[in-house]
Amino acid sequence: MLRFVVRRLLQLIPILLGVSILLFAFVRALPGGPAIALLGERATEESVERIETELGLDQPIYVQYGRYVRNLVQGDLGTSTRSRQPVLEELKQKFPATVELAFAAMLFAIILGIPLGFLAAKRYLGFLDNASLFVSLIGISFPVFFLALLLKYVFAIKLGWLPTVGRVDVTRSIEHPTNFYLLDAVLTRDWEGVVDVLKHLVLPAIALGTIPLAIVARITRAAVLDVLNEDYVRTARAKGLDPSVVDRRHVMRNAMLPVVTVIGLQTGLLLTGAVLTETVFAWPGMGSWMLEAIRFRDYAVIQGGILFFALLVSLTNLAVDVSYAYLNPKIRLSR
Amino acid sequence: MRRSVKLWALLMALMLIAAACGGSDDAGTGDGDNGDGAAEGATLVFGTSADPVVLDGALVSDGESLRAIDQMFEGLVTLEPGTTEVVPGLAEDWEISDDGLTYTFNLRDGVTFHDGTEFNADAVCFNFERWYNFEGTFQNPAASYYWQTVFGGFSDGKTPSLYKGCTATDDLTAVLEINNPSASILGALALTSFTMASPEALEQYDADSGKVDADGIFSPTGTYATEHPTGTGPFMFKEWVRGDRLTMVRNPDYWGEFEGNIDELIFRPIADPAARLQALQAGDIQGFDLVDPQDYETIEGDDSLQLLNRPAFNVGYVGFNQAVKPLDNLAVRQAIAHSINRQEVVDAFYAGQGVVATQFMPPEVVGYADDVTTYDYDPELAAQILEDAGVQTPVQIDFAYPTDVERPYMPDPQANFEAMVADLEESGLFEVEQKNATWSPDYLDNVDNGRYGLYLLGWTGDYGDPDNFVGTFFQTEQPAWGFNNQEIFDALDAAEQETDPTTREQMYQEANRLIMDFLPGLPYVHTEPGLAFTANVEGYTPSPVSLEPFSVVTVN
Repeated sequence: MLRFVVRRLLQLIPILLGVSILLFAFVRALPGGPAIALLGERATEESVERIETELGLDQPIYVQYGRYVRNLVQGDLGTSTRSRQPVLEELKQKFPATVELAFAAMLFAIILGIPLGFLAAKRYLGFLDNASLFVSLIGISFPVFFLALLLKYVFAIKLGWLPTVGRVDVTRSIEHPTNFYLLDAVLTRDWEGVVDVLKHLVLPAIALGTIPLAIVARITRAAVLDVLNEDYVRTARAKGLDPSVVDRRHVMRNAMLPVVTVIGLQTGLLLTGAVLTETVFAWPGMGSWMLEAIRFRDYAVIQGGILFFALLVSLTNLAVDVSYAYLNPKIRLSR
Repeated sequence: MRRSVKLWALLMALMLIAAACGGSDDAGTGDGDNGDGAAEGATLVFGTSADPVVLDGALVSDGESLRAIDQMFEGLVTLEPGTTEVVPGLAEDWEISDDGLTYTFNLRDGVTFHDGTEFNADAVCFNFERWYNFEGTFQNPAASYYWQTVFGGFSDGKTPSLYKGCTATDDLTAVLEINNPSASILGALALTSFTMASPEALEQYDADSGKVDADGIFSPTGTYATEHPTGTGPFMFKEWVRGDRLTMVRNPDYWGEFEGNIDELIFRPIADPAARLQALQAGDIQGFDLVDPQDYETIEGDDSLQLLNRPAFNVGYVGFNQAVKPLDNLAVRQAIAHSINRQEVVDAFYAGQGVVATQFMPPEVVGYADDVTTYDYDPELAAQILEDAGVQTPVQIDFAYPTDVERPYMPDPQANFEAMVADLEESGLFEVEQKNATWSPDYLDNVDNGRYGLYLLGWTGDYGDPDNFVGTFFQTEQPAWGFNNQEIFDALDAAEQETDPTTREQMYQEANRLIMDFLPGLPYVHTEPGLAFTANVEGYTPSPVSLEPFSVVTVN
């Protein structure tokens, strides 16, 4: 098990190097450069040249890449050309926001998705099954930004229950020891703050969690259906075991394997893919940060952010593989 | 099974209750609204499009940084709200020597910086000397853009500087000396980038130290520009959480009159325009800038909201490159101008926020002339002009527009372009070869290097001086325009240096007449960007150059 994890971690090195080379090339192929992005329509030829010299962009690309990797190894992701802050510092602030939102969204997806899928399977082809199919289809096909606008319209503008933007009320001061605002509020025993942070989380979490909810529900349904037809389930029932025990111990546990896979992959995806939700809710996380970086051609931020995403997705996949072993002892991780 | 269903039902019920509880307390942002009338100690949350870069006026040129700095800092002179007229700021009045090289500023007495230190002539000179002595990355045009635009070079002498020196002749008299007469300098000193910072705070919080990383990118190591910006303005810095809020509070020792009732002013970055509108509708913010033209109707139709228009301070134009034949022929340029229906373009694509331009500067700028030659839409006249000049029709021209870009003066370049091309071709007088390129860098590069004949472009002013419009375009020979007209160059040189305001205005008016007779391009639009507020906000005065103090704003 340990050897497996170590080997997988070592495999990360060539993967990340490959990603960084691709990134480095792609980012430099973007139209416009940071010099022009900084200067806009006021750019004169001399000032563009001066900035390019200053940023080292006039040197051969392999020299630039070499310098980049050298810094990377030392944990230096560069400096944002826009905010003039170290990229790593910004990452430390943005990532917790994204994690908080992704977890809230996944919690929403799991809490509703698994029971929905389970009930649909139990009532196979019944009303509940069809209803859950219907809900899932809508969940998957509804554009996130539209759902977000709709949710805000109903719950914020019409009903006035929930805020439309941000992580916390801007007139409220809360301390940020960790930058996970919910955790921060709990740690500082700011209970009003906890409520406020939760209120800010609800709508973005629903908007972001709808697609994973639909996917989790469909996968759970399929997995449970498979298991329900297994001999050991019939045997368990035949020997007179309490149906709820059968469901819990025999059906759910065995059906969970694909569900966990999907949850893991979806979480990984949410940690990187919340651009739309973050933008619409002005959520200061990775997604809106990357979008801004692309808008301002902030090379260091684009590279640092995407490299971090690559690392994240690889680690999530690894975590999923490891959890297989826990859920199903038949799987050997020796290879 | 039944048990778990119950559990879920219970959970759902709890969530519903939680949501309902959320509704019981006020979802507003506590804007201090206590019934009717002006609320004492109001809070105003304003939605911005992005965070400031840093809060040091000398080092920024982007709108969101300037907006925040404006609330906390003041310059020697400022602008009358809503106009580009220069009025006293921290200087009560000033004298200009006859040769136009010496400006003596008499400073206001009893002004203190937010850190309690005294504002005086030494502080003024300290600030000028700081800017003049910027080194290394501080000389990056992305940082000290306005210094370089107005004063040129630095103390290292690599490029000549307009700045000569600053002397504090007594506590309240600062004498600024410059190397050449420049009448635009007074207007330029109203720029946010030339506002006065506390010398003590600048030193204490290391405003001028920073490190340059391996990529050559400068980052400040001091905390002045992020945590301790210290000016004399009506609001003081309280807190800045990037991506979340910039909080400012009322300066209790403000020297001037604080007309509004805002105690706490919060700038909240919301990048998405639709999200800004929803936040306004929900009461999460009380105002925002840069309203999408498509949202004007929604805002105007909502009694709880109001739409304000910022006076036009830009120009969109069709450039004619006279190096490309036959655009060197005045008759061809005139015929093009008469063949394009500018009114229709403005009506169709600017959501009622555009006015047809008659010259290369908006009416708010000094030197605007009411009597320039205008070119109404008249294809028949165009045909006549070409015939009289003996030009063979159809005339072959090439015409380019930028892709992947929206500018305030050009929200939809392609639509503008297509309408104009249709006009030109329908007249039967022109055959248009259509071209396009991505805005940055290809399009701008092609325009600047004179690779197009006709092209769409525009300009947003930096400060309220005609030199910032026509001077930028036509004071020297440029490949984009491809002409050498000494008469225009000389007229603009002379106007720029004239120090008597009335004479200067007349000189610029004359220059505008010359330019529009010569017709180096066809200006077609000035736009008025929209700002939205909740209906209970009063007193906000949109300014053409976006210099808009919140200290005069009242939240009812």
